[in-house]
Amino acid sequence: MSLLRKASWSPYLAGALVGILAVLSVVVTTVVLDKGHYLGASTTFVRASGLMEQVVAPQHVAENAYFQSKKVKVDWQMLFVIGIFAGAFVSSRLGGSAKHETVPPIWRERFGDSAMKRGIGSFIGGAILLFGARMAGGCPSGHGMSGNMQLSVSSLLALVFFMVGGIITARLLYGKGGQ
Amino acid sequence: MELFLGLITGFFFGFLLQKGQVLRFERQVGFMLLKDMTIIKFMATAVVVGMIGIYACHAAGLISLSLKATNVGAIVIGGLIFGVGWAIAGFCPGTSVGALAEGRFHALWAIFGMLVGAAAYAEIYPSLQSNILSWGNYGKITLPQVLGVSPWLVVAAWIIAVVAFFSWAEKKGL
Repeated sequence: MSLLRKASWSPYLAGALVGILAVLSVVVTTVVLDKGHYLGASTTFVRASGLMEQVVAPQHVAENAYFQSKKVKVDWQMLFVIGIFAGAFVSSRLGGSAKHETVPPIWRERFGDSAMKRGIGSFIGGAILLFGARMAGGCPSGHGMSGNMQLSVSSLLALVFFMVGGIITARLLYGKGGQ
Repeated sequence: MELFLGLITGFFFGFLLQKGQVLRFERQVGFMLLKDMTIIKFMATAVVVGMIGIYACHAAGLISLSLKATNVGAIVIGGLIFGVGWAIAGFCPGTSVGALAEGRFHALWAIFGMLVGAAAYAEIYPSLQSNILSWGNYGKITLPQVLGVSPWLVVAAWIIAVVAFFSWAEKKGL
């Protein structure tokens, strides 16, 4: 139990366990559900936005080609994303490493203390990144991890361009990040 | 059962993301500023361990692969767009919900933004099908297929590259 109460683990250990989890997930879902589920997250945001849009414009969602191809429903991956919340919640409470944060330090150094400004940045960044992830066909989970585990050409390409876009933008946005 | 398996797998994933400290804005942007390689240590270890398991299970006939199409135009443009948003938000889709759970409240706005970004993509998708999404589509292919070698050779190359990178990062204290 003391290991579970540690504030953090080596990223190599946590990463290796994620690798094992990813393989186990595919094997177990293949056996139990007859369809292997690889870890991924970004399609859930498509399904969730479709579910919400359905409330006000069901016809519009039903006719949209993208929502049709992704199937607007509660599925394995949506519960997987909800599970991430639960797992991170439990881990941070067990380890005493939960931290209330509205403005992270690197952001504060460049843009100041305003939680409003940070909120707007967070929102805009989130909108841009999900748009890009869907165009590229996945995010750092689906492409970056799951795709590269399968030695997929598309995922290696995606990972490289995620990093190129991120590194250039971060440099322009935050400078060298202070020190 | 499908939903239960999703939930439990997500639980362990979120637990490990939190223990590995990769949910934090500082770690994500720290990597993009090339000052902190924590998220790469985490991710590359997961990828290398995962590929050994995936290819072992695949060779044993236990599982099948699930590849994404190699449409070069969409991946390059979409990948760069993702990177721009990732640097501003400091979260990715999987880590945003975990970051919120560990108290980083500003992740909530990123999650709302992602829902809007997803809806916007659904709207624009029909008009991308005949152009960006069809530029340079090579289908679902793997590196060993393209190179005409055993997957284990590619796995070995990954391991060597990753271990070399780790020892460099540790030496530099990143």
